[in-house]
Amino acid sequence: MSQTSTPARRRPTFSWLGVVPFLLFTIAFLILPIFFLVVGSFQDSQGNPTLQNYLDLTTEQPATAYKNSIQLSLITAVIGGIFGFLIAVAVILGRLPRAIRSAVMTFSGVASNFAGVPLALAFVFTVGQLGLVTKLLADVFGYHLWRDDFFGGSFSLYSMLGLVLVYLYFQFPLMVLIVAPAIDGLRKEWREAAENMGASSFQYWRHVALPILLPSLLGSMILLFGNAFGAQATAYQLTSGTINIVPLVISAQIRGDVLHNPNLGYALAMGMVLIMAVVILIYGLLQRRSERWLRA
Amino acid sequence: MSFLTLTNIQKSFGTMVAVEDFNLSATKGEFVSFLGPSGCGKTTTLRMIAGFETPTSGTIVLDGGDITYRPPNKRNIGMVFQSYALFPNMTVAQNVGFGLRVRKRPADQIQKRVTELLELIHLPDKANQFPYQLSGGQQQRVALARALAFEPEVLLLDEPLSALDAKIRVSLRQEIRAIQRQLGITTVYVTHDQEEALSLSDRVVVMSRGRVEQIGTPFEIYNFPATRFVASFVGQLNALPATVVDAGSGRLTVGGQEIRVSARIDAPAGSAMSLALRPEMVSLGEGPEGSNRLAGTVADVDFLGAIVRMRIRLADAVIVALDVFNEPTLKLPAVGSSITISFPADGPLVMAPGSEAGSGTSAAA
Ligand SMILES: Nc1ncnc2c1ncn2[C@@H]1O[C@H](COP(=O)(O)OP(=O)(O)OP(=O)(O)O)[C@@H](O)[C@H]1O
Ligand SMILES: [Mg+2]
Repeated sequence: MSQTSTPARRRPTFSWLGVVPFLLFTIAFLILPIFFLVVGSFQDSQGNPTLQNYLDLTTEQPATAYKNSIQLSLITAVIGGIFGFLIAVAVILGRLPRAIRSAVMTFSGVASNFAGVPLALAFVFTVGQLGLVTKLLADVFGYHLWRDDFFGGSFSLYSMLGLVLVYLYFQFPLMVLIVAPAIDGLRKEWREAAENMGASSFQYWRHVALPILLPSLLGSMILLFGNAFGAQATAYQLTSGTINIVPLVISAQIRGDVLHNPNLGYALAMGMVLIMAVVILIYGLLQRRSERWLRA
Repeated sequence: MSFLTLTNIQKSFGTMVAVEDFNLSATKGEFVSFLGPSGCGKTTTLRMIAGFETPTSGTIVLDGGDITYRPPNKRNIGMVFQSYALFPNMTVAQNVGFGLRVRKRPADQIQKRVTELLELIHLPDKANQFPYQLSGGQQQRVALARALAFEPEVLLLDEPLSALDAKIRVSLRQEIRAIQRQLGITTVYVTHDQEEALSLSDRVVVMSRGRVEQIGTPFEIYNFPATRFVASFVGQLNALPATVVDAGSGRLTVGGQEIRVSARIDAPAGSAMSLALRPEMVSLGEGPEGSNRLAGTVADVDFLGAIVRMRIRLADAVIVALDVFNEPTLKLPAVGSSITISFPADGPLVMAPGSEAGSGTSAAA
C-alpha cells in the first residue's frame, strides 16, 4: 500500500531486468538478421555493392515463386477465412450447447498450430497415393482419387491444389480463433434494436452486423494471408522442396547446393519482410477501426 | 378504450417465475411506469411487450389486435435501451433513419423525417457524427429519436437514464416527458428510481418479485399505498416497532410511550406490529390538540438543502426520522438535546412486522 502510494521516493527497482532476455533475444534473432539481410541483399557474392539481386527478382524462378506464394496465400486466406468465419458465427451465435463451443475452440487452438511435418504426413496417410481415404474411395466406391477425373483434372497432393487443401487445415481454425472475439463483441442490443425498428434478420446482417465485423474480418484474412505466406515446413515436407514458393526458394538459395546464391536469397527474403510488414500494418489499421466501434 | 392491454401475463424461465398475474390496461397517450427493485420482472414484462420474450401464458393486445406471438419486427413498437445500443457503424442520421430505411421509404422522405427528429431532440447539427463522438446524454437522445422515427404505436424505455449522471438524468427525463406529451405516444417506462416514476408518470405500476403490488397515479401510490411493500418502497418511511395495547381504540406503545392511531389494527393486545410513518408527517414540537406526542433526544441533524432531516431517538433501537422545511428562521435543536415530536393520529399505517418495511428505503434504518 505505502509503496505504491509514494511513487516519488521509490527504492531503486530491478524488475526491469526481466525484459532483458527478451531484448537480447529480439536483437539476436530479429534485428540483427534483418540488418544482415538488408546489407546482404545489396551485395554480390564478393561483397561488392550491387542492385543485381533485386533485378534478379524479376527473373523467372523468383517471380514465379512470388506469384505462387501470393496465389496460395490469397486462396487459402479467402476460403479459410470465409469458412472459419461461418463456423465461428455458428458456434458463437447459433445457440449451441456451451460444450460444442469450447470443443470447437479447443480444436481450433490445436489445429491452427498443427502445421509442419506431422500435418503433411497426416495428409499423406489419408489422401496420399496409398492413403486411407484414397484406398477407401477406391475399394468402396471404385473411385481412384489420383487416377480418375477430379474436377476436370487429376488430383495430386503434391501440387498446388494439394497445398491449398493442406494449408486450409490450419487456416480456417486460425480464422475461428482470431475472429471469435469480434463476433463475441456484437452486442445483443444491436440485433434487438434492429428488429425493434422492423429489420429482418437479413437486413440486420446486411446493414449492422457485417459492416461492424468487416474490419475484423478483413484484418483476420490479412493475417491468414501472412500465415500462409510464411509457412514453410509443411510445404517442404509435402513436396520435398520441389514446389516453387518463396520460403522454399529462399532456403534453396541460401542453403541449397544446386542453386546457391545467398545474396539473391536475401533479396527474396527482403520482399517477404516487406509483404509481412504491409500485412501487419493493414491488420493494425483495421483492428484500430473496429476497436473504436466496439468500445463506443 | 384501452389501447395496450396485458391480460394475465405470466413468464417463467425454467422453474423460475419471473412475472406472474400481470394485468394492465393503458389508454392511448398514457405514460405508464414500471417501478420496483432489481429482479422484480420489469424488463421481462417490457420485453414481452416488445416481442423479445414470449409470455408463458396470457395475452397482449395492442389497438384491438392480439400481438402476443407477433415477431418483434412486425410490431411497430419503438424501444430505447439502457445502453443506448446505437449502431456504431452508422452516423446519427443513419441511425435515426434506420427504421424507415428497412421499411424501404424513399430517401428524401427519410431525410426529411430525420431532420425533423433531430430538431425535436435538439441535436440538428450532429447528423453526420458517429455515436462514439457523442456524450452519453446525446447518444440516448439519438436513441429516442431513432425509436420514434418510424412512428411507432407504443414507446418503450428500459431504464434509459440510469447510465447518465444525476444532472443530465433530471433534464433529460423532463425532455422525454415533453416530447411524449407533444407526440401523444403511449409510453411504458421502466425504472427502479421512485422519484423518476412519480415525477414522470400518469400511472405507476409498482412491482415486487414478479407481481404487481399496486397500479395507480403517483398521488395514490404515495399517499395510499395498497401494500406494505409499496409503503416502504415508495418514499421514505419510518418503520417503528410497536406493541398493541388496545386494538379497538387504536392504542399502541412505541419505544415505551403510548400513542393512538385511527388506522385499523388487526391484532390482539400485546402483539408486535410495525408502525409506518413518513418523515414529512412528523413535526417538531407538541403540534395541535389531539396530536400524538413522543419524547426523545436528537440523534443527528442532516442538512439536505431544501429540507432538514433529523433523527430522534425514542428508545435504544427506536429512531424516528422527520423532515422540516429549511427556512432562515428555523432553529435547529442541538444533537443530544431532549425534544418532543408529534404526528396526527391519521398519519401512520399499522402493519404486521416484517423484514421488507424496515429495510432498504426506510429512513429509520
Ligand atoms: N433470459 C432469462 N433467463 C433466465 N432468467 C431470467 C432471464 N431474464 C430474466 N430472468 C430472471 O427474471 C427475473 C426478472 O428479471 P428482470 O430483468 O425482468 O428484472 P428487472 O426488474 O428488470 O431488474 P433490474 O432492475 O435489475 O433490471 C430475474 O430474477 C432474472 O434473473
Ligand atoms: Mg431491468
